[in-house]
Amino acid sequence: MPTPLTWQIATVDEIRPETAEVKTFTLRLPAWRAHRAGQHYDVRLTAEDGYRAQRSYSIASPPTRTGVVDLTIERIADGEVSPYFHDVLVAGDHVEVRGPIGGYFVWEPGLGGPLLLIAGGSGVVPLMAMLRERAAAGADTPTALLASWRTIDDVIYRAELEALGAAGDGLLVVHTLTRAQPSGWTGYARRIDGPMLAEVRTPLGSDPLVYICGPTLLVEAAANGLVEGGVPAARVRTERFGPTG
Amino acid sequence: MDVTADLSNALVLDGNAVAGDLEELLGFDMTGAMHRCTSCGNHGAMATLLAYTGGPGTVLRCSICHEIVIRLVRTPTATYLDLRGAAYLCLRPTAADSR
Repeated sequence: MPTPLTWQIATVDEIRPETAEVKTFTLRLPAWRAHRAGQHYDVRLTAEDGYRAQRSYSIASPPTRTGVVDLTIERIADGEVSPYFHDVLVAGDHVEVRGPIGGYFVWEPGLGGPLLLIAGGSGVVPLMAMLRERAAAGADTPTALLASWRTIDDVIYRAELEALGAAGDGLLVVHTLTRAQPSGWTGYARRIDGPMLAEVRTPLGSDPLVYICGPTLLVEAAANGLVEGGVPAARVRTERFGPTG
Repeated sequence: MDVTADLSNALVLDGNAVAGDLEELLGFDMTGAMHRCTSCGNHGAMATLLAYTGGPGTVLRCSICHEIVIRLVRTPTATYLDLRGAAYLCLRPTAADSR
């Protein structure tokens, strides 16, 4: 018998800065349930007058991390929920959440690969859960992550991605920096386009399983570019992030 | 409807963002459910619908022709689910939906 999706009160265990505008919030859940990498939680805030604001935030942690979920949240300056998380919440506080949610934008080792993950900014979060689960499972699924950022300082999970990419288990991590590049940068320095997609996916073969997450323009460009390049549309799954924070 | 402006300021989300509300209403995850657009006939997963969540209700539009497929409106006393833009929904619950 399925358990209904219900709201529960989580406790903030830990808050960890990732970049200037991004933090990871570890939430301890009284009714934790194993999630699938790529799923999200809904968060809602209720004001004293009853006004409610609700947002969805992707889970960054793999399901092997039990009892808690890590939500990595970007601060949107004029948002209703993310500034509260960034500026008000401290460890020990409570927050209302429900989840895990979603069965479409998910990956688990049994789905296989080769795996092509494409991220725009904080769209990397659900893809990170997939990479963490892949590593935790000891899977050697051929995988490439192509992530687009404005500058090197905006890269979320930079050190961990570097370590995962150096593990020698078939993961290639590629960043493109669209606005500014550090001196000596030899990587991509433009928005994701057809030739870039072709270069990154070539080592994966003709039929990769694709997950794209980011702002809608990036999602459209990447999905269209891949399908035009011959990837079957049925192999491409997308999730659009919006600056509604 | 011309959604170009919406797309360029990136305010559009997708069916994934409405998954919690639909699951609360229907009791199972809908993101993988397939729909057929009444307007253009496109066959796709609910997750791929374009979601407009900023208004008093939620509007889900076809990702191909941009016509309205689903509307979800909550009042203080009731919830309205308008599915007139979907010729059908194909529900195929999987083991993973059982919590």
